[in-house]
Amino acid sequence: MTLRRFFTSLLDTTPYVLALLAALGVASILLLALNAPPLEAVGAIAQGAFGTENATAETLVKATPILFVAIGISVAFRGGVTNIGGEGQMIAGALAGVTVALAIPQAPGIVIIPLALAVGFAAGALYGGIAGALKAYFNVNEILSTIMLNQVAVQMMNFLLNGVLLDPSELGSNAIPKTARIVEAAELPRLSISLPPGLSDLFGTAELFGRTRLHWGLVLAIVLAIVTYILLWRTIIGYRIRAVGQNERASRYAGINIQRNILLSMLLSGGMAGLAGAVQVLGLQYRLQTDGSATGFTGNAGFNGIVAALFGGLNPLGAIPASVFFGSLLVGAQKMQRELGIPASMVTAINGVIVVFVVSAQYFVHRRSRRRSVGGTPEREPAAPIVPAPLETPS
Amino acid sequence: MIEEIFTASVFASTLRLATPYIFAAVGETFSQKSGVLNLGLEGVMLMGAFAAFYAVHATGSVIIGLLAALIVGALMGLATAFVSVTLQAEQGISGIGIYLFGLGMSELLFVRLIGTPVSVEGFSRIYIPVLSDIPVIGEIFFNHNLLVYAAFLLVPAAAFVLNRTTFGLMIRAVGQNPEAADAMGVNVARVRYMTVTIAGTLAGLAGASLSIALLNVFQQNLTSGLGFIAVALVYFGRWTPLGVLLGSLLFSFVNALQLQIGSIGIEIPSEFAVMAPYVITIIALVFASKRAEKPTALTKPFRRGD
Repeated sequence: MTLRRFFTSLLDTTPYVLALLAALGVASILLLALNAPPLEAVGAIAQGAFGTENATAETLVKATPILFVAIGISVAFRGGVTNIGGEGQMIAGALAGVTVALAIPQAPGIVIIPLALAVGFAAGALYGGIAGALKAYFNVNEILSTIMLNQVAVQMMNFLLNGVLLDPSELGSNAIPKTARIVEAAELPRLSISLPPGLSDLFGTAELFGRTRLHWGLVLAIVLAIVTYILLWRTIIGYRIRAVGQNERASRYAGINIQRNILLSMLLSGGMAGLAGAVQVLGLQYRLQTDGSATGFTGNAGFNGIVAALFGGLNPLGAIPASVFFGSLLVGAQKMQRELGIPASMVTAINGVIVVFVVSAQYFVHRRSRRRSVGGTPEREPAAPIVPAPLETPS
Repeated sequence: MIEEIFTASVFASTLRLATPYIFAAVGETFSQKSGVLNLGLEGVMLMGAFAAFYAVHATGSVIIGLLAALIVGALMGLATAFVSVTLQAEQGISGIGIYLFGLGMSELLFVRLIGTPVSVEGFSRIYIPVLSDIPVIGEIFFNHNLLVYAAFLLVPAAAFVLNRTTFGLMIRAVGQNPEAADAMGVNVARVRYMTVTIAGTLAGLAGASLSIALLNVFQQNLTSGLGFIAVALVYFGRWTPLGVLLGSLLFSFVNALQLQIGSIGIEIPSEFAVMAPYVITIIALVFASKRAEKPTALTKPFRRGD
């Protein structure tokens, strides 16, 4: 990597750094207005998110569904589809996953877990596919349709949890609507790291995360991030998705089927969110439960995943640290609320600020690249070579 | 059975429940007509609803509450305009950012400043001599608070501004063909700043109509998706104030029916009743998407010399 390229790549991260700094600025003003010292608040968040082994584990647990959703959002946004439906797709995946796990309790884990995850993926994909098909074939604005489908999913979940999926032992009681507990064989195993003697002294334990709620969902999400990265940047499928997202008209002239690729982006995107829901059930809650509110089950991961995807540069690999960062904000904010009395909902507000700033910062990037190029030719990254038409294999 | 469902009170509450939809969606019509998809409406409504609620809680004056909502709405609108017009940010995604900001911020302020669920003395119903006493008609049409009447008066006013004034012509020109409008000497950015600020102000008012007129309470996520429906209603209403009014009435009628059916104990799972407006919206969007009335430059930032 030449020095020049290094600086260019550094410049490319500027919008995110700018956005983060701006968000920090807004957060500080907010905290000062609420009579809380910003440094103490940041300290409380960091302490709450990473201060102990358990805190770190909780941060990673929170980051897991966000990462799944963020991977999917990266695919959709790269494909030119603004999927805001992570919440609904996550619920669809959770409902399908828990149904499978409850339907075949006598099956061994090696059957239940992959099946439940696969069905969860499929359900999320289908649910996302509704909005994808509506966009591709009926020209329906996918932002609006996915937002509406989110609300529909919440009601569908409440209906099922109060009806056919209700835990039989809860019949007639007024407890929180929830399904029966899944069998132990269906649980995603807990994740712990055995440390060699040298390191175990350092950490004061031989088994890192041994007594926490951290589960294998995190590993699954990271693997999926890598696979999705390869799919997007190293395969013809991903190439077509990105080509459609970058320049629809040029893609059409190159012989790419626009409609099919829009649908495909939404299927993949919804599938990832569906996995987030299924993993949340199999790895953490061991049942599907909600408090009946819009975010009762998802914990807003469907929206936070959008924030993490944007912050990760719409790159599945970038989404990994971004998700951990937003997971840490959520977990740390609980401590901030306890110690400084600042409501944890501040994180939601700050997430909004970050989204606005990340999207706005693109302006400065574009302006810069426009100034660099002669005569103000269109900005954006240099166009990738057009796929030669014969490469399009009809299927 | 039918008489039990379609009572005068259902029609009366249809008009009442239409208020927030009308304010928000008419404002959004201005914004979309000029080419800006203002998706953060929900967040602005929440902020407006809280501002109004807090002001009434603190001062006891609904007028101050109303002003607070208008000011907060206008400020949020200005911020939206800065992001989507000056910084030319992607409108869909930045709108989600504004929504998240309003959602988190209104809850933060509520928890911090008020904390416990309380109700306030909001706008009271206006008794109109003679008219309010007419049986049925009086109950349906002449037994509402000030904001309900204001919302219904807003519709012809908005239609007049959009169709019969120079400002309206500029709005339509900027939304249809910003390059041409620019060449004719119209300041595209300024027109869009104005429409987006109008949308914000009216969204603030829509929030106030919930928190200090219709419900007289505030809680986390008070609007629960209403602002997003309002955005969709503009598509539904073919980008005209009258169409938006009809859409608002349809949705509020569904809401009113849902309450009535619940209260007389008909066995329809409430979840399906709550779901209905969203499903109808999606179906409506399918039909709306075929239409040609959509402003050509909608969601497209304008940049001179492109």
